[in-house]
Amino acid sequence: MVSVESLGAGPIFGLPLPELWFALMFTLLATFLFLDGFDFGAGAIFGLLDTDRERETVLAAIGPFWDGNEVWLVVFGGALFAAFPEAYATLFSRHYLLMFGILGALILRGLAPEMYEQRHDDRWQQAWSVAFVAGSVLAPFLLGIFAGNWLVGNEGFITLIGLVVGVTLTLLTVVSGAAFLRLKAPTDLPEQVSTYGQYAVVGYLVAVVATLAILAVRLPGGLSTLLHPVILLLVVASIGLAAGYVVAMRREESLLALGAAAVLTYGLIAVVAIIMYPAIDPATGMTVSETIVSTLPLNLMSIAAALLLPLVATYFVVLYSAFSGPITPEEAY
Amino acid sequence: MVDPLIASRLQFALTTIVHIIFPVMSMGLAPFLIYFTWKDIRTGKPVYEQLRRFWTKIFAISFVVGTVTGIVLEFEFGTNWAAFSTAAGELFGGPLAVEGMMAFMLEATFLGIFVFGRERVGDKLYFVSSVAVGLGTWLSAVWILIANSWMQTPRGFETVTEGGQTVVHLVDPIAAYLNPRFGYMFVHMQNAAVESVALFMAGIAAYYVFKHHVRGIEVDNVNFWETTLKIGLIALLLTAPFQVFHGDMYGRHVAETQPQKFAAMEAVWETDSYVPEYLAAVPTSLDSITDPRAKELFGIGIPGGASWLASGGDPTAEITGLNEFDTESPPVAIVFWAFRAMVGMGFWFILLSFWGGYRWYKGELFEDGLLHKALMGSTLLGIVAVELGWVVTEVGRQPWIIQGVMKTSEGVSPGLTGAEATLTLAGFGVVYLALLGLYTYVIARIIRNGPPGGDQLRERPDRAPMPDSPAAGVADDD
Repeated sequence: MVSVESLGAGPIFGLPLPELWFALMFTLLATFLFLDGFDFGAGAIFGLLDTDRERETVLAAIGPFWDGNEVWLVVFGGALFAAFPEAYATLFSRHYLLMFGILGALILRGLAPEMYEQRHDDRWQQAWSVAFVAGSVLAPFLLGIFAGNWLVGNEGFITLIGLVVGVTLTLLTVVSGAAFLRLKAPTDLPEQVSTYGQYAVVGYLVAVVATLAILAVRLPGGLSTLLHPVILLLVVASIGLAAGYVVAMRREESLLALGAAAVLTYGLIAVVAIIMYPAIDPATGMTVSETIVSTLPLNLMSIAAALLLPLVATYFVVLYSAFSGPITPEEAY
Repeated sequence: MVDPLIASRLQFALTTIVHIIFPVMSMGLAPFLIYFTWKDIRTGKPVYEQLRRFWTKIFAISFVVGTVTGIVLEFEFGTNWAAFSTAAGELFGGPLAVEGMMAFMLEATFLGIFVFGRERVGDKLYFVSSVAVGLGTWLSAVWILIANSWMQTPRGFETVTEGGQTVVHLVDPIAAYLNPRFGYMFVHMQNAAVESVALFMAGIAAYYVFKHHVRGIEVDNVNFWETTLKIGLIALLLTAPFQVFHGDMYGRHVAETQPQKFAAMEAVWETDSYVPEYLAAVPTSLDSITDPRAKELFGIGIPGGASWLASGGDPTAEITGLNEFDTESPPVAIVFWAFRAMVGMGFWFILLSFWGGYRWYKGELFEDGLLHKALMGSTLLGIVAVELGWVVTEVGRQPWIIQGVMKTSEGVSPGLTGAEATLTLAGFGVVYLALLGLYTYVIARIIRNGPPGGDQLRERPDRAPMPDSPAAGVADDD
């Protein structure tokens, strides 16, 4: 049994905990962007569908999952707050209006499907469709603006890098969403869903190149920051993954395509993390080691995360296997 | 333009006051849903499937609205209360993060199975998912109330000044997280949630029972509403007396640990002994409403009652008056009247539960129209009482954000402008009003549509009712 006093003496097992938490925080963000990302993408595609039945199918496909997926954002926020309180406080208060924009988009997205199902008259469903699509598109877009501004240390709300990263993330969610919908409803949804995904992945690559070009100009280290071997590897891998995604979608290998989308998402966030490190808030120059909480709470949080996150992973396995295989629109409630 | 501190306080008040409605519904419904699921699986009686499905709908919509309004609160610590989050993040961030991982994840994932998965999973996993969802809602409360109670009775920390900023460091996690207030708060809140839902169930069931039995208008699924009324009444009998009994101990604990708050609850300005407890205070002038002072109140006072409450039985005990404290007083009028209204409702709920219990015992539960009307009128009062209780807790601890350590005025984000804060406050005013309206509309619709009828229930070839089952329940005795 470890005593509380010894937990305050030094990091457990001598681990580089500040760096691990920095990595964990971005992993949590990427998990949110992938999992809730396919819900967002499904929401965007929802706006491009014609029939009531197709729309019901989209809602049935994400119905059991989206709430759990969204909790990854709560856990990301919690991890940032618990491990780097000062960074959490400065970042969130500096991007004040943006944060409430994201919250507003999430409220719309969460509420709209529930409302849509309540009444079956056209005007009501039309209004909530608009709300659902708006929330699903705005949430990743505004999160992208936040991520872009965070990375280069911008103060403002509307910035060039913010807009480009916003578009990048939104397209990435459509990539995931198309693969997810093909997987869950291979026959109930039209072929175009696959096409939307393939267009989106091409658009995504273009947006990534634009992002990198702006970063090469804007970052203090310039182009040399981007010539990190891991970043180069990830960029090359992204091109390969995008090609693989297109092939998989054409061959109706939706699970493979979804896997490619997942790796793309984690890769993108890894690039962000690598560029940012050792800073955690480039605007103020605050670093990971300056803002990390003291040893005792850090050790406690590390133990909690090590015990709980594997458990959380099993919940997701149970949930996704209970709803494995195609879904029918009748399963919406 | 409002001052950023005032706007942030109003915004946090508004966003918590609206948010808390949904956790009260989900935490309060959780034990009922576990029971309905169990009975549905064990007995195969249609009424339990109706109960499970009907209340699951209300649970699901409450959970969704609770999720989206709950994320707002987590973000607000960073956006509006950055100075507090920087200073106290070491103690405060941890419980929030653990809440997400331990509780919220459990609820949100198994909710998917619980709401959508009846046809996809077996009985065992389905029952497990109902328990997991229920457990998740209650574990959420554990961690959120750990965080809140630490602000009321902070322990296990030391303050260090770093670069001109005072920062709170965690020293003893057990003392900090199992602080003296936590147990009181958790028991009071969870019991209140079940009591509020019991009142909600009994209230709407009373409407249909009244319509059918008293007014003689045929109601579909009347058996469902009768059973709902009985279950609500049983839960009310179990929770209402306990809430007041426990509240008495809680009050004594507040008097010991937050004397300034207690003085505000009783509007005691001058330190005094043998202070009466004004159960009902009759305002004789506008001033006595906006600026209540125990000494000048005209009302029904129990001599020595407040002293008795504060000390646990000594009517001559001294209560420190608000004038004795170095810091400014909390808004006394709000705390004083909110406390009275909450306690008054607490006693009313006990009366209601005994009244209903007596009628049931006499076999007249479905005939007493006046009882039905009283229950209908009290449908939302449990939730109102919870709101008032939180007003006492949160307004009463002012001017402190962390009792005795940090003032609320020191916690606000330093860079926040009045324009930004006013804009979001106004935005929340509009959005949350719409949200409440929509929620009310949807719940009312679900209630009007009633439970799923016989033809919509699941086929149960191999689950014939088991008349000899020892798990015979409330639905059997009519």
